[in-house]
Amino acid sequence: MDKKKPKKIFVQGAIAPEKIAQSIANHQSKTNIGAHSIFLGQIRADEVNGKTVSAIDYSAYEEMAESVFHEIRETAFSKFNITCAHIYHSLGKVKKGELCLFVFTSSAHRKIAIEACNYFVEEIKSKVPIFGKEIFEDETHQWKTNK
Amino acid sequence: MKVNIKYFGMIAETANRSEEVLEVAPGLSAKELKDQQIRKYQISDPDAVQLAVNQNLNSEVELKEGDEVAFLPPFAGG
Repeated sequence: MDKKKPKKIFVQGAIAPEKIAQSIANHQSKTNIGAHSIFLGQIRADEVNGKTVSAIDYSAYEEMAESVFHEIRETAFSKFNITCAHIYHSLGKVKKGELCLFVFTSSAHRKIAIEACNYFVEEIKSKVPIFGKEIFEDETHQWKTNK
Repeated sequence: MKVNIKYFGMIAETANRSEEVLEVAPGLSAKELKDQQIRKYQISDPDAVQLAVNQNLNSEVELKEGDEVAFLPPFAGG
């Protein structure tokens, strides 16, 4: 079944909006689903001391990240009655305005889909070893920390 | 004994390397290794550095031959 397969979380570069549209289309044959919840993380052009972020360069402790993510996924499927869940996170450079995180949960009803989606986002932000270098327009950088 | 060390994000940048193999004394704890490397590379904000030993977040363990110890800066996914 869907939940048993180890899933790859990382994609190189930005997540294309077309991938999201295609993912939605792929679920039209699954008619036991009544609700989808989607979270999209987008690169914000933050201003820090007069400089503007132009991109984030993501890196990760990939082996650990995949295994932590697998645990999050297993826990999510045991906590929430979701039909399926698809999660992608960028590695490498993602420019301002582009997407770096795509979380897509589906269920028979909205509440479960929404709660599961939030659960994935919060767990990914706090537990998965992903690191972000915020690159400014003048090519200097600082390291991002999740609040 | 030898342990394999990995550095990530700002720690890798400060240490100017992403991995190294270190010869350490038997019985050294992960916490002691952390303190030693933080001093050696003058890594800032040591309290924000987490250690993963063989991919488990835990700095209380005693290290064994061949362990993989990762120095992790604050997470920034999403």
